[in-house]
Amino acid sequence: MNFRTLALPVIAATAFAVSTGGQAFAQAKEQFMPINAYWTGPYAAGGSAFGGGMIDYFKMLNERDGGINGVKLTWEKCETGYKTDRIVECYERLKKNGPTGMTLFHPMSTGGTYAVFERAEKDQIPVITLGYGNTAGSDGRVFPYLFPALTNYWSQNTAKIRFIGSQEGGMDKLKGKKIANVHHDSAYGKETIPILEAQAEKYGFEVKHYPVVHPGLDQKAIWLQIGRQYKPDWIILRGWGVMNPTALKEAARVNFPRDKMVGVWWSGAEEDTVPAGPAAEGYIAAGFHASGTEFPVIQDIIKHVYDKGNGELPRERLGSIYYNRAVVWGMVSAEAVRQAQDMVGKRPVTGAEVQKALETLDMNAQRIEGLGATGLMPTFKLTCADHEGGAAVKFQQWKGGKWVQISDWIETDQSMVRPMVEAAAAKYAKEKNITPRSCS
Amino acid sequence: MLDVVITDPLFAVEVIFSGLLSGIMYSLVALGFALIFKASGIFNFGQGAFVLFAALTFVSLLNMGINFWLAVLISLAVMIAYGIAVERVVLRPLVNQPLIILFMATIGLNFFTEGLAQTLWGTEVHALDLGIPDVPWNALGDATGLYLSVFELVAAVIAGVMVVALALFFSKTRTGRALRAVSDDHQAAMSVGIPLQHIWAVTWAVAGIIALVAGMLWGAKLGVQFSLALLALKALPVLIIGGFDSIEGAIVGGLIVGASEKFAEVFIGPYFGGAIENWFPYVLATIFLLFRPQGLFGERIIERV
Repeated sequence: MNFRTLALPVIAATAFAVSTGGQAFAQAKEQFMPINAYWTGPYAAGGSAFGGGMIDYFKMLNERDGGINGVKLTWEKCETGYKTDRIVECYERLKKNGPTGMTLFHPMSTGGTYAVFERAEKDQIPVITLGYGNTAGSDGRVFPYLFPALTNYWSQNTAKIRFIGSQEGGMDKLKGKKIANVHHDSAYGKETIPILEAQAEKYGFEVKHYPVVHPGLDQKAIWLQIGRQYKPDWIILRGWGVMNPTALKEAARVNFPRDKMVGVWWSGAEEDTVPAGPAAEGYIAAGFHASGTEFPVIQDIIKHVYDKGNGELPRERLGSIYYNRAVVWGMVSAEAVRQAQDMVGKRPVTGAEVQKALETLDMNAQRIEGLGATGLMPTFKLTCADHEGGAAVKFQQWKGGKWVQISDWIETDQSMVRPMVEAAAAKYAKEKNITPRSCS
Repeated sequence: MLDVVITDPLFAVEVIFSGLLSGIMYSLVALGFALIFKASGIFNFGQGAFVLFAALTFVSLLNMGINFWLAVLISLAVMIAYGIAVERVVLRPLVNQPLIILFMATIGLNFFTEGLAQTLWGTEVHALDLGIPDVPWNALGDATGLYLSVFELVAAVIAGVMVVALALFFSKTRTGRALRAVSDDHQAAMSVGIPLQHIWAVTWAVAGIIALVAGMLWGAKLGVQFSLALLALKALPVLIIGGFDSIEGAIVGGLIVGASEKFAEVFIGPYFGGAIENWFPYVLATIFLLFRPQGLFGERIIERV
C-alpha cells in the first residue's frame, strides 16, 4: 500500500468528520445558547450588560460545574442594534447552530418579540421574555412557545399601583388621585395602558397618558403640561434609554417631586439615573430582581470568570441593575435546560424539550437558594397554561448615588391580570383562527 | 386650544419661551452643519456623530482624572485633528466631484465616527457636570411666573457668542472671506489663488470645535451617550427653515422650530393623541420648502440658462 492509497481515505475521513462528524462529536457535549444583544447604538449601555451578563453566567457554569450535567454551554453573539429587523435576522442566522439547534431565544426587545414569536413556534424554539414582551403570551394555551416569565408588564403595573396605594395609606386612598403615565410611544410603552385604565376604574383614580416620541431628547412640552396644568399626585415613568434621564431632569425643572415618580424596570437602572445627576435623587423604580454583588451567584462569577481575566464587562459594572438582570436571564435559561435534561436525559436538549421543561419550571425558594440567588430574584412557577408565574415585584429608590431597596416583594394582582391576559389571548386566537390547546 | 391660551396666557408664554430655549440648543448642533455647508456646499451627515465623539472624548478625559480645562484643550485638539484628517483622507480625493458624492462620503463618515467613538471610549452612559445648575431660575419665576432653566439660559448666551464670533470670522477675516469664495465656486476660488484644501481643513476643524461645544452642553443636559448622535434629526428642520448656508439662519431656524414644536405639542397635540413634536417641525420645514426653498436666510439659487 503506497502513501497515496493510505492518505486519501484518511484525508477524506478527516474532511467528512470536520464537515459533518464534528457536530456528531459535539452532540454529546454542547448546548447552544444564542446571545443576540446590542453592543452598539443608542441602547448599547443596557445591551452590552445584557449580553455580557448572560455570557458571564454561562462561562461560570462551564468553569465551575463543567456546564450543565456535563453538557458544556456554547454561544454566539449576534449584534441587533435593538432593531427589530436585525433581531429577526439574528434569530434566523442562529436557529440551526449547535448540535440540537437553538435551545431558546431571548429577543431582548418587545418589538423583536412580536416579530419572532410566531416563526419560533413553527420552529419549536421557546421565546423567553423575562420582564418584557407580549403580555398576552402569558396564556400558554394560545402561545405555547412564548414565555413572558416571572412577571409581565401588566402584573408589574398592579404591584406598582399597590405600592403607590401603600404610600398613600391604603388602596382606598387612591380614590380621586391623579396619575400621569409618561410612556415611550411604542408597542412597549403602550403595553400597560389597558391595565392602567382597568385599575383606574377599580380604585377610582384618574390616569392620563403622555406619549414621548423616540428617542425623547427633549420633553419640555410634555412636562410643562404635567407640571403646570395636570399636576398629578404620582407619575408612572415608562421610558427607555435617553428618555429616562431626560424625564427626570424635566421633572426637576417643573419642580415635580422625584419621590412621587415610579418607573418601570426599564426606567430603573444606573444608566437612567446617573446621567440625570441630582435630578434623580429620590426617584423610585420597580424591579423583578435586586442589584448588588453580595449574592453567591455573582461572587461565583467573580471567582470563576473575572478573577481569571475572562469577564465580558468592566468589573465596576458587576452588580448593576442591568448586569444582575442578565444573570437572572441566564439562570432561568440554564435551569430550563437542566429541567429538560431531568425529563429526557443528561444530553443536549432540543427547543421542543426545553419548551416542555419550561412549562414545569418551579423556581421555588430552595432552588433559588441552590443557585446562590436568594434575595436576587423572586420565586415563580410556570405551567402549561401560565407562562408568566406572576412573581412579586420589589421597589427601590435612588439615594446618594445608588439604588436602595425600599419595599419587600409586593405581590401582583392576578385576579385582575389573568382575566385580562386570557381575554387578550382569546382575541388573538380568534384573529388567527387558533384553537387553544388543552392544559388540563 | 384657544381657550387654554386665553384662560392661562402665562402658561402659553412659558411654553413658547421654553421652546425658544430648546430651539437654541438645536441651533448649537445646526451651526456645525451650516458652517460646513456655507464653506463647502457639503451637507455633513456626520455632524451628529461629531457631537457624540467630541462629548465622549471630553467626558472620558474627565473620568481619567484630567483637569477640566486641560480636558477641554485636549478635546479641542482631538476634534481639530479629526477635522483635518477628514479633509485629508475623505474630502481631498473627492475635490471637484459632484456634491452628491461628497454627501455620500459624509454618510460613511457618520457611521465611521460613531463606531470610532464607541470603540475608543466605550458604550456606557456618562454623567457630565459643567457646574451650571439645570434647575428653574426661581428669582425670575417668582417675579414673572416664568420658570426657565438656568442651564438653558446660559446655553443661549453661549450660542449667541458663537454666532457673533462666526459672523465676525466670515465677514472680517481673510480666511472667512476665502471660505465664502470657496463656497460660491470651488474652481473660481482656486483660480484666484485661494488654497481650497487649507480652507476646507479650517472649516472642518471649526466644525469640530462647534461639535465639542454642542456635545458638552447637550451631554450635560442628557448625559453623554450614543443618543447625542441623534441630535442631527433635530437640526435638519432647523437648517431647512433657516437656510443651509446661514449661520444666522441656524439660530433663527432653531428658535422657530423650538417654539413651534412646543406650542404644537401642548395646544394641538391633544387633538392627535399627543407625541407630535417630533414630526411637526418637519411639516413646517416642508411648508418652507414649498414657498421658500432656500430658507429664511439662505442664499437664493438663481440659475440662468
